[in-house]
Amino acid sequence: MSAALMVFITLFLLVTVLGFYASRWRAGDMSQLSEWGLGGRRFGSIITWFMLGGDLYTAYTFVAVPALIFAGGAVGFFAVPYAAIAYILMYFAFPRLWSVAQAKGYVTGADFVRGRFGSRSLALAIALTGIVATMPYIALQLVGIEVVLAGLGIHGEWPLIIAFIILAAYTYASGIRAPAMIAVVKDILIYATVIAAIIVIPAELGGYTKIFAAVPAKNLLLSANPFNNPGMFSYATLALGSALALFLYPHAATGVMAASSRVAIKRNAVALPAYSLVLGLIALLGFMALAAGVKTMPQYAGAFKTFGNNFAVPALFLQMFPGWFVGVAFAAIAIGALVPAAIMSIACANLFTRNIYREFVRPDCSPAHESQVAKIASLFVKLGALVFILEGQSKTAIELQLLGGIWIIQTLPSILIGLYSRWLNGTALLIGWACGMSAGTWMAAQSGFKASVYVLHIGSFALPCYAALSSLLLNIVVSFVLSFIFNAISAPRDDATIAEDYV
Amino acid sequence: MDGKPGRGFRAIHLLLIVPLAAQLWVPFYNHAEPALDGVPFFYWYQILWVALTALCLFIVYRVDGAK
Repeated sequence: MSAALMVFITLFLLVTVLGFYASRWRAGDMSQLSEWGLGGRRFGSIITWFMLGGDLYTAYTFVAVPALIFAGGAVGFFAVPYAAIAYILMYFAFPRLWSVAQAKGYVTGADFVRGRFGSRSLALAIALTGIVATMPYIALQLVGIEVVLAGLGIHGEWPLIIAFIILAAYTYASGIRAPAMIAVVKDILIYATVIAAIIVIPAELGGYTKIFAAVPAKNLLLSANPFNNPGMFSYATLALGSALALFLYPHAATGVMAASSRVAIKRNAVALPAYSLVLGLIALLGFMALAAGVKTMPQYAGAFKTFGNNFAVPALFLQMFPGWFVGVAFAAIAIGALVPAAIMSIACANLFTRNIYREFVRPDCSPAHESQVAKIASLFVKLGALVFILEGQSKTAIELQLLGGIWIIQTLPSILIGLYSRWLNGTALLIGWACGMSAGTWMAAQSGFKASVYVLHIGSFALPCYAALSSLLLNIVVSFVLSFIFNAISAPRDDATIAEDYV
Repeated sequence: MDGKPGRGFRAIHLLLIVPLAAQLWVPFYNHAEPALDGVPFFYWYQILWVALTALCLFIVYRVDGAK
């Protein structure tokens, strides 16, 4: 057994033990959904920092962002300003979501929408959007594990199946406490890997001047014409649209609601950009892989053929690091897949249980029954993702995840604007949502689901814009215009929340 | 909960327009020079602004207090 594999397996066993032990940590009554699914809302600032860091910066992020830069250069770097801007939104809006969730016992964003607008159908739409946007994201975490396993020379389906059975078992037993605890290990490993990478690799490659000299000139910067595609305008819309979408994802909302206080969320908005800084450095690894010339090396040709540019960073680590440290770095990525996969499946399970099962199937179900349904739902969500990847549908998962961003942003008027105003009408929001979903999906379909930027033609002027942002704009316009009409002709619906619930 | 109901707007919140503008107005930074230790301006500027965004949020957080 190689040193890399030994270190990898040791670290994987360590987090497995932690995952099961987590159920006893700050033990609560696991027959309550808010205990299993939100850890009893008792995570302080530091645990929330590790957990949200582990949750938002996924293994796939760490593989795919440098892969984008490896392939296309500057255009892929939008992930960095995106991951900074998102926290400005978090700072303002999400303490309000936390407060109202605490006051009313909400577990999901759709719970809030149900209470705020008194519309079951709107809440259902929000819940379904969350589930379908998140499921391909879970599948992509598996791709992250597959890539590093291939890097360690492990092939076949069994290792992936074993990893997932372990993940499913401790998520079932410990709920969100498991990923919260494992996130601490994952984040320490990621920081160690990145610090080592930015010290060791540029030195071995002869400094940054040499690294950037290897980048094709046309990929070094964005096109000088702002409205080229890709260009500066599409870059800004990708950064803004992705930032607006980030905290609408159910797994982000779950992390926010599990915090113990408003202050914990505000402190995290200040401290979480530390991970974005790491992301910026990881992004540069794409250029380092280019300068190292890993793609043309025969020993990696097979893996590049299977995984495409997603193998760029694993190949770079294999090339530059000693064997045992390759084990650390790959464990960081694999464990980095487990944390978000667990939280995402819990978030989907919460949505299914609260907003579909209890709302439409068994309105009278007991809290213990509700918690049991969520545990089982989390298994099915993960199983679905596993089957998807084993069926070789990685490409479809990538396309669906691209659509996921376009879909999840359509919940912005209901959730984000809803946190500030009750003026919007539930039916109007539902129609706006449907318009945004259809328009956004249609725009992505025009590129065969390959690109998320769609060129809008305004007269003779061509404006390339992130489809999530342009379809959101349509959604907002429809929601406001129809709210104006519906509010004029119908009596206002009940709002279960009051202004004091938000502060 | 302490504090009065409302949106709690303060003038200091306008400070956060700065990181938004600095990062979303791409022509500010779409150039290679001045490079820093071989890293083109485009890249180090954006990485620097991650830290500066956190700094702006920290200032706003301190002024807002633990509310």
